[in-house]
Amino acid sequence: MNDDYVIVVDKVTKVYQSERGPVHALDRFSMKVKEGDFVAIVGPSGCGKTTLLWGLTGLHPFTSGKAYILGEEVGKPKREVGIIFQQANLLPWRTLIQNIYFPLEIMKENVDNYSERIEDLIESVELTGFEEHYPRELSGGMQQRASIVRALSYDPKILLMDEPFGALDAYTRDEMDTLILKIWKKTKKTIAFVTHRIEEAVYLANRVYVMTPRPGTNSAVFDIDLPRPRPEGITMERKFFEIVAEIKRTIVRDVEKQKKEGKYQSQAYSTIT
Amino acid sequence: MDIYEKQLQEEIPEFEESQQPEKMGELDLSSTMSAVKIHGWKQVLGIIAVAIFVIGGWELLIRIFKVPEFVFPAPSAIAVALVKSFHNILPHFLVTLGELSAGYAIGATTGLVLAAVLTQVPYLEKIITPYILLLITTPTIALVPLLMLKLGFTIWPRIIAVALASGPMVMINSVTGFRRTDLAKIALAKSYGATTFQIFTKIRFPLALPMIIVGLLVGGIFGLITAVGSDMVGGKMGLGNKLAYYSSLARMANFFAVILLVSAIGITIWIIFSSIGKKWASWQE
Ligand SMILES: Nc1ncnc2c1ncn2[C@@H]1O[C@H](COP(=O)(O)OP(=O)(O)OP(=O)(O)O)[C@@H](O)[C@H]1O
Ligand SMILES: [Mg+2]
Repeated sequence: MNDDYVIVVDKVTKVYQSERGPVHALDRFSMKVKEGDFVAIVGPSGCGKTTLLWGLTGLHPFTSGKAYILGEEVGKPKREVGIIFQQANLLPWRTLIQNIYFPLEIMKENVDNYSERIEDLIESVELTGFEEHYPRELSGGMQQRASIVRALSYDPKILLMDEPFGALDAYTRDEMDTLILKIWKKTKKTIAFVTHRIEEAVYLANRVYVMTPRPGTNSAVFDIDLPRPRPEGITMERKFFEIVAEIKRTIVRDVEKQKKEGKYQSQAYSTIT
Repeated sequence: MDIYEKQLQEEIPEFEESQQPEKMGELDLSSTMSAVKIHGWKQVLGIIAVAIFVIGGWELLIRIFKVPEFVFPAPSAIAVALVKSFHNILPHFLVTLGELSAGYAIGATTGLVLAAVLTQVPYLEKIITPYILLLITTPTIALVPLLMLKLGFTIWPRIIAVALASGPMVMINSVTGFRRTDLAKIALAKSYGATTFQIFTKIRFPLALPMIIVGLLVGGIFGLITAVGSDMVGGKMGLGNKLAYYSSLARMANFFAVILLVSAIGITIWIIFSSIGKKWASWQE
């Protein structure tokens, strides 16, 4: 069907069955991502961004709708997909290098075939020399960089990132954004990146999908027409600000609209009757 | 698919590191593992100084007040008794050590396996827990005479008593360990296609290990207490038997010499597990 697209999301819906009743998290959301593309998904808190990514990884089933990765319907987790979570999520009882080898170990692949690649990756995220350290000995930024290396270690074609730098301070976050672009350019991965920082989305992505407040559905799509590689200081430029402002207006408009219709619920768990 | 994986299907876990406000089991002795940490020669000297002071003071008091040995023996008398009657005590020492090792091997293995299996099936866990609590609160030494009616004057009643004392301790602590499931880490493993078995060996077991080690330590100490106690009620051999024998003759120096050997076993157990803990569970601190 959509051969050009490595990720196809076709009207996916997710209703969580919580103790307090069903929670309609995602509503017929659709998205298409070309090979080598970098898309960002933004939306107000609780609109179902994480739900979408977890569905794409195959960790959570969607209630209805279909998602395809590399032309195959998503069922269980796929080797071609790497995820980077909101937190580094390293295993505290393993050293950094053992953490990086963890996926290969689970997949029962020969670590030796990857050792050179992994060494390069470690160097590119500036973690050389820390291989034998335990996570508790590393800063949050270092841990998250290690988790990026872990996700790239087995060379998946697609990277799904769920607010990967949300837990880091502003300065480290900017550094990480630069790092991600560097990696993207070098490895030519297809990346889907969830964030609620519009500036980050515009800086990183070619396309930004905006979701409405919960239940998350398509609100708008923005193609970001900024030069690649992103010039230094672009985030200070007027054009950049205009795009950011436009996206922010869209989100505010969606929230206002839902409020007027009395449908808006803040991100807190609540049920739909 | 195991229960936690099912839970994962409907839940996005929290990623907060150290999100688990350490909810420990009925018997949390994890602090015992770190209570005694010796740093540097100053501390060693201090410990030795206290020992000299206590032992010396004890010796001195006994001599000044001329306390007879059958009332309370002097440290020197205990040392002499230990050396002189060591060849007499040794076979008993070996019997107690044998009971302890055999009973502990059976009890600890069963406890560990049960904990691993039961935590996979919460329903079973709920059914079994009261019985385990019953076993913990019942001094299993009390069962020795009963077992002897069936098994006679063999070593088996005592081995069984040790197993019944140490097993539940290992189990209840390991259960606490295995319950510490970290959904975020399980999700991570699953995203690479991990099987239930891999999730067990690579996530749940390492996560449980610190508590398992605590369980093994506590189980060992309970096993030792039970072994010595059972010796007293069931048979003609063993350190407990010797304790009863020497106290009946008021040979208090020999009595204390035996106690010294019992403590030596206990301290060895503690040293073994705290060094294992240091190696395999230190990531937790
Ligand atoms: N297990 C669950 N049971 C019930 N409701 C849930 C469950 N998980 C998530 N939800 C709800 O579904 C909605 C979408 O959640 P999700 O985590 O996908 O949002 P998000 O866009 O990632 O939010 P954030 O920006 O805060 O990360 C939220 O309103 C949330 O409360
Ligand atoms: Mg989220």
